[in-house]
This record gives sequence, structure tokens and C-alpha cells, in this order.
Amino acid sequence: MNRWKIIEEWFFKIISFIAAYSVVLILLYLLIVVFNKGIGALSWEIVFSMPKGGYYFGGGGGILNAIVGSFYLSLGATVLAVIIGLPAALFINVQLIRLKRTQNTIRFFLDALWGIPSIVYGAFGFAVMLFLGLNASLLAGIITVALLITPILVRAFDEVLKTIPVELQEASYSLGSTRTETALKVLFKQGFAGFITALLLAFGRGIGDAASVLFTAGFTDNIPVTLDEPVATLPLSIFFQLSSPIEEVRQRAYAAAVILTVIILIISVSARLLSKRYSKNIIK
Amino acid sequence: MKQMAFTYQSGLSSESVTLQNKIEMAEEIKDTSVISIKNLNVKTKDGDILKNINLQIPKNKIIVLLGPSGCGKTTLLKSLNRLTDLHKELKVSGQIIIDGQDIMKAGQNLSAMRQRMGLLSQRPFPLPASIYKNVAYGLKLKGIRSKKLIAHSVETNLKRVGLWNEVKDRLKSPATSLSIGQQQRLCLARGLAVKPTIILADEPTSALDPISTKIIENLFKDLKQHYTIILVTHVLRQALRLADHVVFMYYGEIIEQGHPDDILKNPKTAILKKYLVDGN
Ligand SMILES: Nc1ncnc2c1ncn2[C@@H]1O[C@H](COP(=O)(O)OP(=O)(O)OP(=O)(O)O)[C@@H](O)[C@H]1O
Ligand SMILES: [Mg+2]
Repeated sequence: MNRWKIIEEWFFKIISFIAAYSVVLILLYLLIVVFNKGIGALSWEIVFSMPKGGYYFGGGGGILNAIVGSFYLSLGATVLAVIIGLPAALFINVQLIRLKRTQNTIRFFLDALWGIPSIVYGAFGFAVMLFLGLNASLLAGIITVALLITPILVRAFDEVLKTIPVELQEASYSLGSTRTETALKVLFKQGFAGFITALLLAFGRGIGDAASVLFTAGFTDNIPVTLDEPVATLPLSIFFQLSSPIEEVRQRAYAAAVILTVIILIISVSARLLSKRYSKNIIK
Repeated sequence: MKQMAFTYQSGLSSESVTLQNKIEMAEEIKDTSVISIKNLNVKTKDGDILKNINLQIPKNKIIVLLGPSGCGKTTLLKSLNRLTDLHKELKVSGQIIIDGQDIMKAGQNLSAMRQRMGLLSQRPFPLPASIYKNVAYGLKLKGIRSKKLIAHSVETNLKRVGLWNEVKDRLKSPATSLSIGQQQRLCLARGLAVKPTIILADEPTSALDPISTKIIENLFKDLKQHYTIILVTHVLRQALRLADHVVFMYYGEIIEQGHPDDILKNPKTAILKKYLVDGN
């Protein structure tokens, strides 16, 4: 009896050990492959200079256009998504606090939106773009990526707000705050750390997505100055370089992938650090 | 809004006191109950939580609500400052008259009404801000801008709950850095700062150690000179120590009420007898 317990214990220990470490190993393997292939082509030039003529056929220069373009696009999309998403999440949790069924219906639809593949957003954005008479541009890209990340952001904000104890809201009301004051001065602050994390994760999702910008953002060797100019993005830059028949250019694609991965890693780590820093004030 | 401002004024400036007001004021002096609950019902679609509650709560006394878990004590407390509004599923009906005003009537200025009552919950819930800002919060909501006034009120109220010496050197640190007992006193100070006349306390010591409990109990004894305190507790000895009046509830109804020495030592109903035996 006792021996069986010990065997059982060991068995599950080993299973969970293998499961946990295989996830880490796969991630490490992926990073090693990408870094291994890309590191050779990685240089200051590729990060800090614009593509020169014939870049995709082995000419000199770098992918600064795509790095800066991706930042512009994700930043714009994140700002737009926050402008829509934060009030939406606060609305669901404060104004609709008494209407549990409406809350859940909205959550259901947001989750459904979350699950839609990004190419569908790309196609939808493309249709909207044509309808509005826009060209493939920074603006059209921002709108499409915002469509993609808004549901993610709203649900992430929503999850943060949901964990805020009702008693904290009650405390705020009993001190005489109105709904708006409770939302802005108590809920927003209590959720701040979570919001930052959600924001950075949405930004990361935006910066890494290729399908949504494929038709809408266009591609260019320049950095756009106005919203109606096309913009280059890292995922598409990787795609174009990887499609090149020239080995050297394909290597640069991996260098670009390394850059994108590093950006995403920096975002995840800062999300962790910031949320730690801002959660010192809140009750858990 | 106007009506509220009017009533507030009537106590302060003699010019605005009309004959009607004089009569009301005279009645108020005669009738010492600040809160008068009439036919209060709270229902959900599954059933009744509070059934026809009628209760007079006298001024400057400690009223203890006693009863088994789930009998509706918290719900009764929350009805008093209309926190029940936060839950659509609760249907509240009846009258709750506080200082001559029926708080159930629509169009009330809820913020001002709630500021007349301080709330202490089972566990302290400090606002996500510094110690200082927790106490200053309600004052700012009241529209007080003067930094001096706010600082003065923060100090006075922290002193009142015996927290000042413990925190005066770290007013800027997060409220959550305090111990649970300190946090509960901070929540009391935060409530007192908005100058309520009533304190609603829902098992305020259940998460506290004996020493913090004692501090809160002693505070309540002092505070009742100026406040009407409605206290929910499961601790019979605490009820005996603090209560001027005990209300025993069972399944949403008031079964028995009276002076603690009477009702806790010579209970009339079998239900209360059983509760006292099982509780001890
Ligand atoms: N929002 C709500 N929706 C549905 N039922 C509720 C709601 N709030 C309270 N109830 C029910 O009302 C009853 C009374 O609850 P209440 O919290 O007032 O009890 P209590 O006397 O404070 O109990 P305890 O001593 O355990 O704190 C319980 O049966 C509870 O399930
Ligand atoms: Mg309760």
C-alpha cells in the first residue's frame, strides 16, 4: 500500500517534470535555431540602416524601415485599442456590475473575436480600407491591428478588473464616490499593474502579426512621415527576405527574426518588471 | 440635491429655519432614534433574504446584530447605505428613515447619504494608495481642497484610531504595507474623516488578533459618544462587552431584541436559546 503510494508519487513527479521541461526545451530549441541562423547576418548595419537599392537581392543596408515601421504601427494600434478598450472594460465591470447576463454575453463575443485568425482581420481591414477609400498605409494598418488587439486588450483588462474585490468598490462607494470616481480613482489604480502587462502583451501581439498587415499596411523601403504612407513591418520584412532565392538574404531574414524575438522578449520582461513595480500599492 | 443641502443648512443657520423645520427638529429631539427601518424586505428571485424588518436604532448607542451565518446581517447593513444598489438581483423595498429622510426614495444624493455612514468590513480593504491618501480620499471627494485642512484631518483621524504614532514617519508608504490590524484601523480613520454620524461595522474584528481586536473594541466604546454604531458580530462575549442593544436575527427575520443582559442571559425564544448554547 505504502509502496504503491510512493511509486504513484514518483510517477506523477516524473510526468510533470517531463511536461514542464519539454515546454522550456522547445522554446530554447526554437531560440537556438533562430539565433544560430540569424546571428551570422546580425550587425549594427542591419539594425541601424535603411535598405539600400537591391537589398532583397543581396544589396547593402538594413531593416531600420521595418523596425521603426513596426513600432509606429503597433504603438498607434495599441493607443487606439486602449482608447476603445479601457473604457469598454471599465464599462463592463462598473456600469454593468448588476447585469451579470449582459456582462457574460459581451465576454462571450469578445472571446469569439479573440479566436478569429488574424488573416480574417486582415481581409476585413482590407475591405474597410477600400470602403473608406484609403490606400495600403500606416493608418489602414493601425486600424486593422487595433481591430485585432482590441478584443484581446478588453478581455485582459476585464480579467484584471474582475479580480478586484467587490468590497473595494463598496469601500469606495461608502466613502461617497460616484461610479465614475470609483472607476477612475480606485479600480483603475488597483488594476494599473495588470493594465500595463495587458498593454505590453497586446503591443507584442501587434508587432508580431503578419497576416493583418499583409494587405493593409503595404511595404516600403522608407520610414513613413504621414499616416497615409505605406509602412514596412518586421514580420513582412522577414517574409520577403525569406522568399528570396539568395542565401545571404535568407540569412538576413533570420537576423530580422532575432531582432523581432529580442523585442518581444524585452516587452515580456518589462511587463513583468513594471507590474511588479506598480503592484506594491494594491491589495491581493 | 437641493433638499439635502436644505436639511444640512437648517441645523446651522437660524435664518433658514422655518416653522415646519422647527417642528421637525422638536420631533427629532423627542425621538432619539436616528435610524428607523420600516417593513424592509430584500428579495431575490430565489427567495427572501430579509423579511419585513422593523427596527428602531437609537442615537449614540452600539447596536449589535447577532445571528447564524446567512441570516441576513450583512444584507441589512448594506441596505442602510444602499450598497445593495450594486446588486441588481436584490429587490429592496420598504422604508429606511435616517435623520428624518427616507434613503430609499429615488433622487437622493447617494454620495452625501453614504458619507453620513462609515463602513468597516470583515477584512480591511485599503484603497490602492498611500496611508495618507487613504484618509484624504473622502475629504477630496467632499470638495475640500485646502492642503492644510486635509493634513490636519489626516492627523486627527489617525490619532483617533491610535495609528498616528505608528505611521507618522511613513505616511507615503502603501497602505497595504501595514499589518491587518493597522489596516483595519486605517479603514476606520478613513471612514471617520468624512464625518459620518453612523458607523456600520461588519464583523470588523474577525480577521484580527486579540490585541488589535481589543483596540477596535475600545475605540468603539469611545466613539459611541458621538456616533451610532451598528455592529455585526459572531462573538457573544464581544456582544456582551459592547452592546447597548442586541438584535437577534434568524433566516431574515428579527426574532428577539433588547438589552444584552436580558436577551443574552434570559433568552425568551427557543431559537435564541439554542443559538446561545451552540455558540458558546
Ligand atoms: N447578491 C446576492 N444574491 C443572492 N443572494 C444573496 C446575495 N447576497 C446575499 N445573499 C443571500 O442572502 C442570505 C444572507 O446573506 P448575508 O451575507 O446577509 O448573511 P450574514 O448574516 O451576513 O451571514 P454571515 O454571518 O455568514 O456573514 C444568504 O443566504 C446569502 O446567500
Ligand atoms: Mg455577513
